[in-house]
Amino acid sequence: MSTAHAAPTAGPTGAAGGTEQRVYTDADGTTIAVPTYHGRPVIKEPAWTWEVPWYLFAGGMAGASSVLVLGAKLAGHHELADRARWVAAAGVAVSPPLLIADLGRPTRFLNMLRVFKPTSVMSVGSWILASYSGVAGAASGLRALDRLPPLQDACDVVAAGLGAGMTVYTGALVADTSIPVWHEARRHLPPLFAASGLAAAGAAATLVTSPEGSRPARRAAVLGAALELTVDTAMRRHLGPIGEVYGREEAGRFHRAARAVTTTGAALVAVGGGRRRGVTVAGSALLLAGSVCTRWAVYRAGFQSARDPVATLGPQRARLVRGERTRARS
Amino acid sequence: MTHSSHDSDLLNHPGGPVQGSAGTRFGFFTDTSVCIGCKACEVACKEWNQVPAREESGFTGHSMDNTGALGADSWRHVAFIEQPAGHVPASGGAGVDGDAEVSGRVGLEWFGEDPGLPPGAHGSEEQREVPNFGGAELAAPGVTDFRWLMSSDVCKHCTEAACLEVCPTGAIFYTEFSTVVVQDEVCNGCGYCVTACPYGVIERRSPGQHGGGGAFKCTMCYDRMRGEQQPACAQACPTDSIQFGPLDELRARAEVRAEDLIAAGVPGVQLYGADPDSGVGGNGAFFLLLDDPEVYGLPPDPVTPTRNLRQIWGSAGAAALGLAAAVAVAFATGGRR
Repeated sequence: MSTAHAAPTAGPTGAAGGTEQRVYTDADGTTIAVPTYHGRPVIKEPAWTWEVPWYLFAGGMAGASSVLVLGAKLAGHHELADRARWVAAAGVAVSPPLLIADLGRPTRFLNMLRVFKPTSVMSVGSWILASYSGVAGAASGLRALDRLPPLQDACDVVAAGLGAGMTVYTGALVADTSIPVWHEARRHLPPLFAASGLAAAGAAATLVTSPEGSRPARRAAVLGAALELTVDTAMRRHLGPIGEVYGREEAGRFHRAARAVTTTGAALVAVGGGRRRGVTVAGSALLLAGSVCTRWAVYRAGFQSARDPVATLGPQRARLVRGERTRARS
Repeated sequence: MTHSSHDSDLLNHPGGPVQGSAGTRFGFFTDTSVCIGCKACEVACKEWNQVPAREESGFTGHSMDNTGALGADSWRHVAFIEQPAGHVPASGGAGVDGDAEVSGRVGLEWFGEDPGLPPGAHGSEEQREVPNFGGAELAAPGVTDFRWLMSSDVCKHCTEAACLEVCPTGAIFYTEFSTVVVQDEVCNGCGYCVTACPYGVIERRSPGQHGGGGAFKCTMCYDRMRGEQQPACAQACPTDSIQFGPLDELRARAEVRAEDLIAAGVPGVQLYGADPDSGVGGNGAFFLLLDDPEVYGLPPDPVTPTRNLRQIWGSAGAAALGLAAAVAVAFATGGRR
């Protein structure tokens, strides 16, 4: 696939004055000529700004940390539970400001809670974020004040459930769009974000917990990293030509960085274990960076995919050629 | 709308007050075969709706098109395509709407023939009355050998509108005319609709401008419709390329028009967005095109992304369970070191 805004060329396919033809090869090998309108994009790039990928990271880390808190409590790792709860609180503290800053009209952020709309992942996600940040904040506050242990337990349980939702809904959020590289990866993005969140939560907890108490967190970090790399590979294989944006431009740089840093970080954490603290700390920091890079890679890939008219038009025309025109909802 | 008959006298200016009542679905039929690219629709829309000037302006170098695309500050956009003779629709006649066959599998060989008469216009008076838009006259030897496609694009007012379904504030709603409108007082500028629209229509306006930060698009002149007036673009269109009225009526009229053009041998004729049996449930604003939709920058098989919502939430649910399972594994095995 070629990028948008290439100079019009009058090739043998007869491209002049507007109809630039590009070649699109479908995953099953079908090659078709795709005309475009002056090479211009068909769909819009997202209006979102830098706050969004950072929110994807912070919210994912916070949510997975809350799941970690409950696991640690149930398994009797109380130090880890306390530390992971603070990681969750930190993620929760920055998430709403990031999202509000991204709005075109930040003073109207409360309109997010004006309705509850199951057809809008952002509406559902806003309710998840609002309730999750309340419960996770309450859990941390009660623990800090050392008050009402039964209510603390209840808050931790609810925060774990909402936190899991928090970690995965952002994958659903970007999947429920018309951007090819996101929508076609709709089955992969929620698990990718869950794995990336788990790696970040495990790494963050490892950094702030004693080597003796952080073993499950290290295991979670390495497991999350391995799952992240696996899901990422599966996603790009599934995407076929649409996924080529992960090899180009900014998304390509973030994607390569994410894979390299996540792989190295997981290896260092595994090798460092509880004894070589310095190695483990370095590995954990790399895993956090890897999670950030994964979110930025997905985010930038969406922009690049939206810019490319062939990514939008090619798969649609290929469906028509195969006689698989989309029908009305039954 | 004053039109009640389905005759093919399409150059009779509709004009007049809107007779429809709430509950009737209204729409646009944009017949690109008679578009002359005057951009009166763009100007009338901007003027009536007080749409600000685009921030970036200048020449695109894309034929006569310096508007570029639909967006927050362009609610009508006239596309210009200069096409050489012999062009063959890439689809090879695989229609997008209702599996209707596209005319003109063989392209535009007729440009070289018998200047002055469109091919197929050997017969009845009726066929001869089909406006000669395409350039058979221009195709006299030594003059030119291309045709010029022009089309006034607009929000499609989908039956299953993605922008509306994903809007988290409920700012976007279906009106009593089954059109899709953004309530500016409610929109908080989250931008989710921008990523959802399969046509790239709706857009967030730059913060510096009037109404900045909110999402904007065509309202089909909701205010005028409530005042029993047709939309500004339709009223301004000098050739009735833009026709406004009850959707049923427009669809029937478009069928007749397409048949007439196909009978006259015009290549590439196809209706776009008229069929309710599509990935967006059909459009309230549909088109008669003279080539494949891609040529005009339109997606040939658009899908409302929310129709895959069950799959998306299913994947999210599985991922959440997987997260819990992974955490359980992290705690379950091994000793404590």
